[in-house]
This record gives sequence, structure tokens and C-alpha cells, in this order.
Amino acid sequence: MTRTTKLLAALAATTCLVAPAMAANVPDGATLADDQSFTYRILDEFTSPDPQIVEDVSGSEIVRDLFEGLINQDADGNPVPGVATEWSSNEDFTEWTFTLRDNAVWSDGEPVTAHDFVYAWKRLVDPATASPYAWFGELMSLDNASAIIAGEAEVDDLGVEAVDDHTLVARLSAPLPHFYMMMSHASTFPAPQWVIEEHGDQWTRPGNIVTNGAYILTEHVPQERSVREKSETYWDAENTVIETVTALVINDENQALTRFMAGELDRTEVPIGQFPRLEEEYPDTAISIPTLCTYYYNFNLRDNGPEATHDERVRQALSYAIDRDVIVNQVLQAGQTPAYVFAPVGMANMDTPNVEYENWTQAERDARAVELLAEAGYGPDGESLQLGILYNTSDAHRQLATVVGQMWEQKLGVQTTLENMEWNTFLDSRENGDFDVSRGGWCADYNDPSTFLDLFQTTSGYNDAKYSNTDVDAMLNEAKGLEDAADINRQIEEIVAVEMPIIPVYHYANAYMLNPQIQDWPVNNLEANWYSKDLYKIAE
Amino acid sequence: MLKYILKRLGVAIPTMLILIVFSFVLMRLAPGGPFSSERPLPPQVLANVNAKFGLDQPWHIQLWEYMVGILTRFDFGPSFAYTDRSVNDIIAQGFPVTFTYGTWSFILAVLVGCTLGIAAAVRHNSWLDYFAVGTSIGAQVLPNFVMAPILVIVFTLWLGWLPGGGWRGGQWPYVIMPVIALGTSYMASIARITRSSMLEVLGSNFIRTARAKGMPPIRIIVRHALKPALMPLLSYLGPAFVGMVTGSVVIDVYFSTGGIGQLFTNSAFNRDYSVIMGITILLGALTITFNLLVDILYAWIDPRIRY
Repeated sequence: MTRTTKLLAALAATTCLVAPAMAANVPDGATLADDQSFTYRILDEFTSPDPQIVEDVSGSEIVRDLFEGLINQDADGNPVPGVATEWSSNEDFTEWTFTLRDNAVWSDGEPVTAHDFVYAWKRLVDPATASPYAWFGELMSLDNASAIIAGEAEVDDLGVEAVDDHTLVARLSAPLPHFYMMMSHASTFPAPQWVIEEHGDQWTRPGNIVTNGAYILTEHVPQERSVREKSETYWDAENTVIETVTALVINDENQALTRFMAGELDRTEVPIGQFPRLEEEYPDTAISIPTLCTYYYNFNLRDNGPEATHDERVRQALSYAIDRDVIVNQVLQAGQTPAYVFAPVGMANMDTPNVEYENWTQAERDARAVELLAEAGYGPDGESLQLGILYNTSDAHRQLATVVGQMWEQKLGVQTTLENMEWNTFLDSRENGDFDVSRGGWCADYNDPSTFLDLFQTTSGYNDAKYSNTDVDAMLNEAKGLEDAADINRQIEEIVAVEMPIIPVYHYANAYMLNPQIQDWPVNNLEANWYSKDLYKIAE
Repeated sequence: MLKYILKRLGVAIPTMLILIVFSFVLMRLAPGGPFSSERPLPPQVLANVNAKFGLDQPWHIQLWEYMVGILTRFDFGPSFAYTDRSVNDIIAQGFPVTFTYGTWSFILAVLVGCTLGIAAAVRHNSWLDYFAVGTSIGAQVLPNFVMAPILVIVFTLWLGWLPGGGWRGGQWPYVIMPVIALGTSYMASIARITRSSMLEVLGSNFIRTARAKGMPPIRIIVRHALKPALMPLLSYLGPAFVGMVTGSVVIDVYFSTGGIGQLFTNSAFNRDYSVIMGITILLGALTITFNLLVDILYAWIDPRIRY
């Protein structure tokens, strides 16, 4: 193959041919409700409406309505054009070019240009911004991002450039075939430099804030409510149906459910344990959506960890003895699925791993667990084993730790103590390795298994088990540069399922009460990314 | 009297200083920090965030700069959890909410509580007394975290009369349920205190003398019995008022009012140092002020007390 044909082939492979952008897709014959408002509950005040500062889930949901990034997601989580109409990369995925639409404008009438993205991305990694999400710039492998965050390079050295108003080029320090998929993350959204320079920290206040998304922030009473209203300057305002979106802060989920029942809310979370009842009583309202998150337990593989769990056989035994079907079907009961591997099944770029113990019956797992523990010298005929399970204060975590502890005790004779700690104290203990077994929960930042599997990297700051395997490290590094890393990702999961540094327990599901008048909720978007502009409300 | 007030204010200043230093140190001793999360920040990112908020400085410098900020600019610093807002903004938004529902609860509790207490004492061992005692014991044992959801189920879900939560700038339909839920148990305490102290006063010699002189009962109660009977109540009302206007976590959580009660506990869990400090100082200052006010009121009501 000549160099030119190779280039052409690569170009064909990596250029996105423009699909129609998403917006509310109201079918002919549907009768829209007069009141096109959507009111939903958030658990707690969101961190900020600033795309480069926001760090929580509910904040990101709000930012996705207020600002539009280069790429949005459709109802199935596939990338669709946002501000960018097309994108392509060079052959080795180290340089990405985005073409921006020419009809995108900010809510003050200024055009949205490539310079707004350059400003935003530099702002993200600038130590002066001190964004808690600056690491996303590193994750994007933008040239010099790490050096800039460390204060060793100038912000202007960041690998991003506006070639002209409508062409944005990103230069990466490592090949990243799925770079474009990160563009729907809030921290990559554009920022209006002139507004931020005029108002400083207060630029996100209603009245000051200028946005380029389908909505503008019109009211924000912290700890109580925030209201966003349809932006008439949004390029696709014509197809945006929902006029007003209100997020109400309601701490107590039972109180939120009562208010949902009283018609004050269009969406709220289902309190623990109530899903089966609500699903039966309100089948068209109670929904459960699988999501890309995994609940797991860490072993402490540091030198100070229990000697027993340094033995692979003990870790396997403890994992096998957990009956995940009982946990999801009898304890959680809200659509969660059993986890035998870390990355949730159904993620992009992942072949379903064939881990042996998943195919066994629970009786087989239990029998094998007893054998393994005996081989390791523990159990009824060996040394007695005592483990503490560390978790943060929450009924759900306590309930699960109790059930797991009982399974270990009944099947293996392992004594457990429950160690409950307040959130920050828990994080501190877990990070410092002051535990035997600790709870963990991890959600995807983007739809690729690397967002999970990177936790097994020896140097990862999130590797709470302190697992280390040089083969896995090498495979993880290799996977980063591959366009199709499905095979290597599968192999990593298979190694981890044997060495068992963590025990995957279940994959999350979000259980909601959703007003059945609200249409087109993206139930198939595994990242649970929704855009109010894609919803509409039908008449009762 | 003026000398006494000045002396009390003189004591208040070192008290506040000790409170600030003590809370500052306790807070820093708590494990974790404002930027801890399930997903710990990479060390360099954490260093930048700490530097922005001055958390990379030694404790004594942080404390000194904090004090200088308060004393010279009345600036209680930025919130670490909500970085686009200052503690001043946060308190300015949350305190009026709790102050409003707290004050109304106080008024409700005092009016209803005193009336019940007095009526029960005057008609001692009558059906009115039993009713008042029964009501106040009922109200006392029904905690507000039980009361709040019941109110919402009845008035929002079943009857549809009142919104189930929110504040909306303090419009009256949003204020009613928080006021009832917060005021009830205080009302019960006030009724009990008033009743027992009224009973004691009504049994004393000067009241018997007034009765013997043929003074009309209503005049005896209003002119002679009420003032001494309210003295024990007064020492209860000072701290009760501060407790009510500085908010209740339960009320804020159940009625989503956005008040500072909830903010206080949330900021403690989030290690939002500056918000905890700001609210602690506010609570401290209010407690000191109202205790002083109560003492002054004592002297004004009871001529035997002189400072």
C-alpha cells in the first residue's frame, strides 16, 4: 500500500460523515402538552454551572443543557454533531481536526468559534483556574497538558489550536483513537472569554452568564432551585420543545417521592427497596436503566494488609462465596446486574470476557471457595480468618456489607466486622490503606473500558487495592494506542478475574419515577447522559 | 447597667476568638479535606487547587489571614465546595430563610405555648388542664422528622393545599409547614414550663392576699401572676430563639428550604472549612447576643435583679 492510499484509508476510517444532529423528534400525530416544562429532583446543590469547574453528575447534566461541546450523544450514546459538524484524525490518532458549524452563536449573539474551545481547554489545565477536573486534560493526552498542570510549561503551549474560526486542531502526546468520544464531556465545552474576564468568578450568575447551549440559566437559588429556559439563539432552537427546565434540591428521597406523587416533579429517584412495589403499581412510570458503574470491594494488597488476602486463593474464595444473584434480586431489587468483571458488559470496545467463575453455578462457586480457602490453610480445619469491611455511612452500603459478611461467615466460616465511617474519614482510611476490605464504586467518564481498567495500573491514584502486575501495566499502555483494543481489554479482565485484587459485586442501574408524559428519555444511553433539548412532553 | 453590658461585651470578644481558634483546629484535625472524593485528585491538580485557596500554607498563617479577612474586610472567604460563591453570599442567602421560618415558629410557639400553659394552670385539674398537658406531651414526643413527612403527606399529597417544599423567596404557602414542624416541640416545652411556674406562683402568698382582697381573677393573673411566672420561661426562650432562627437540619432537609441548618451539616461533611467557620461564628455571635439580651430583660422585668 502506498503512503497516499494508506492515508486515504485512514482518513476514510476516521472521518465522521455528518449524521443529522439530534433534537426533539416529535412524531406526527403526537399532541404536545401546553406546558412544556420539565422539573426534576437533584440530591444536593450542584458544584457549579461553569464547564471547566463542574465535577458532579447533576452539575454536568445542567452544564450539558447550558453549553454545547463539539460532539453530543444521541439516545443510544452514539456521538452526533454538536458544535462540530465533522471530525477526523491523522493516521496515528495523534492529531484531530474538528470543523465547527457556522451558525452556532452564544446567547449574547456572538458567534461560537474555535477560539472559544482553545480558551476553554487552556482554562481547564491552567493552574490559575485550579480546576478539580484539570486531569481530564491529561486524560485527553493533549500535548503539554501534564507539564502545564505541574507549572512546568506555559498555558499557551497546550496542544490545541484554532486554525481559523471554524477549524479546531488538537495535538496529542499519545495516540488516542477514541479521542472524539471525550468531546461530550462537560469539561471540554467552550467558555466565553469576554464574559469571564468581565465578571470574574461571578460570571456564572444568572444575568451574567452567557451560554451556547439550548438553554440559558435564568434563576439560581443555591440549595433550593435552578431554572434554565430555552435559548432562542441556539442554532437548533426551532427543534427544541421543552421550554423550562427546573432542578429542585431535595435531600430526602422519600420526601422527593411524595412530591413526585403530588405532581410537583417529573422525575425523581426511587428510594432503596421501593422499586418492586412502585414498578407494580406504576408500570409506565417506574423505570430502571442500566448504567456504566460498578460496585466492588477492594482487598488491601499493601504490606500492611491482612496476610491472608495476599494469597490469591483466599481472594478467589471470598469472591466466589458472594452470591451476586441474591444481592441483585433480593437485596437491591432495582434492575442492577451481577458483576463478575469490572467494566460493565455492553461498553463500547469490549468483547465480553469469558471468566470461568461466571459460568459456574453458585453451588459450584461455593464448593470451590471452600476448597481454595482450605488449600490456603484457612477455614474450619485451618487458621481462623477475620476481616473488617470498610464502608461509608449509608443504609445501602451497610446492608450490602452485612449480607456479604453473612455469606462469608456461613459458607467459609470467615468472621467479619463492619467498619462504618463518615464519608471523608472513609476516603482518608481507604486511600491510606487502613482497611482489610473496602467498598468502592466507579462510573465511566466516557464509554470505553479504559475508564475502568486504568484503575489496575500500578501507578493509578484510584488503585485503592494497590494491585500491581507488570503484564497488565504493559497491556494497558498498549491498549491506549489501539483503535480496536477489545481483545486486549478482554484479556486484562480475564487476568484480573483470576488474580482478584477486587471483587466486582454488581453493575448499577438508575431507578427513576419518570412522568409518562415526558417522551424520548434516553434509556439506552449507558452513560446516562441526557439533554433536555431532545425531550418533549405530550398531553395527558 | 451600662458597665455590666460593657463588661459582658468585653468577655464576648475573647469567647469568640477561642471559638474561632477551637473550631479551626478541630476542623483541620478531621480526616479528609474539601477536595477529597471517590476519585482522588491527582497530586499536581490537588496542589493547584490547594494553592488557589491558600490551603498549602501552614495552619497558623491560614488562621491569621482568615482573621485579617474578617476584621478588615468582613470577608469570610470563598466556599471550597461552591467556588463561585463566597461564604458571605451563602450566609446572606441561607440565613434570611431560617431567620424567617424560625421567627414565625418562635412567635407561634410562644403564643400557643403560653396560652396553653396559663390556661392549664388557672384551670388546674380540669379538662382544660388535661387537654393542655396531653397536647404538649403529644407535641413533645412527636419529633419533627416524623411530623414533617406527615404534614407533607396530608397537606400536599392528600389535600393538595400546600406545596411540599421549596421556599420561593418566603411566599406564605411555603412557610406554613416548616413553621408548624419546627414550632411544635418548642411550643410543648413552653407550655409545660409556663404551666408549672404559673402553678407555683398562683400558690404563693401574695396571690392569696390579692384573692383575699377580692381582686378579680383576670386582674390577678395579668397584673400580678404573669410577670413572675414568666421568669423561668425567659431563660429558656433566649437559647430557644437562637436555636430556631439558626435553623434546623430536619426542617431544611424535609422542606428543601435552602436554609443554613442543612448547609451547616453538609459543609461539615464536605469539609467546606470556610462555610463551617462562617456559620459557627454566626451561631456563636447570636448565642452571646441573645444570652446578654435575656439577662438585660431579667433586670428590666424583675426589679430585685441588679447588676
